[in-house]
Amino acid sequence: MATKTYAGVNIEVNDEGYMLDSLKWSKEVATEIAKEEGIELTDKHFEVLDYIRTKVANGDTLTIRGINKSGVVDAKTFYQLFPGAPLKKATKIAGVAKPESCI
Amino acid sequence: MEKDEKVKLSKVLLICAKGSIEDVYATLVMGNGAVMEGIETKLFFTFFGLDAITKKQMNKLHTATVGNPAMRMPGGLPFPTLLGALPFVEAGVSAMMKSQMEKLDIPGVEEFLELIVAGGGEIYGCKLAADMFGLKKEDLYDDVKGIITVGDLYAMCDGPGTQIIFT
Repeated sequence: MATKTYAGVNIEVNDEGYMLDSLKWSKEVATEIAKEEGIELTDKHFEVLDYIRTKVANGDTLTIRGINKSGVVDAKTFYQLFPGAPLKKATKIAGVAKPESCI
Repeated sequence: MEKDEKVKLSKVLLICAKGSIEDVYATLVMGNGAVMEGIETKLFFTFFGLDAITKKQMNKLHTATVGNPAMRMPGGLPFPTLLGALPFVEAGVSAMMKSQMEKLDIPGVEEFLELIVAGGGEIYGCKLAADMFGLKKEDLYDDVKGIITVGDLYAMCDGPGTQIIFT
């Protein structure tokens, strides 16, 4: 566990850099975490982050299939928006826990 | 380079040679998982595994109810092999498996392949098996990148972080 400062706010993160308190998240915080991941956030990114935050707040499991069917973004665009490991990166930037799912 | 330096996995080639639901899904789950981790992923389907990328068969895969010692009845009692040989039992078991997977948000074969390709994964069929079964490129799923030989497959295995996994 460590404390980081994003957008002037002290935020506790776990060893992998995931925020422990999702409520401290803001668009500014997201922008700075994204920068660390080498991503410049656009409106489309925020739409996806919103979707992820809503899903997680509802207690739903995040899967790549669910994202593809979300109507917010298709799988291909999702991979382009968050290149590399999209679900891991997107959840980190969305300030929620790393998804525990194999799919 | 230090002797015990670890090389990160950067590429996987998954080989699927069997066509039952569970065998194909082993390949698909591992392939999709690799793509999601940002690992370069190539799927190679051969012999009965070709069913998973054959348009006519891919959404109609089955599971073996005969000669499968891990089969159990709902509730955990052993599943008699003779019962598995009865008509419709296999269809029932396969349908049950599929509905169970749907509940866990596991995609169907075609949708799974779609997700893998969307993430940059590549899908190949085996030339020898395709010749054996009389299958052509147009018989296979549209996003199959090609029908290739074993030599072609090995040629894709360069790089220190590459693994071949035979599911």
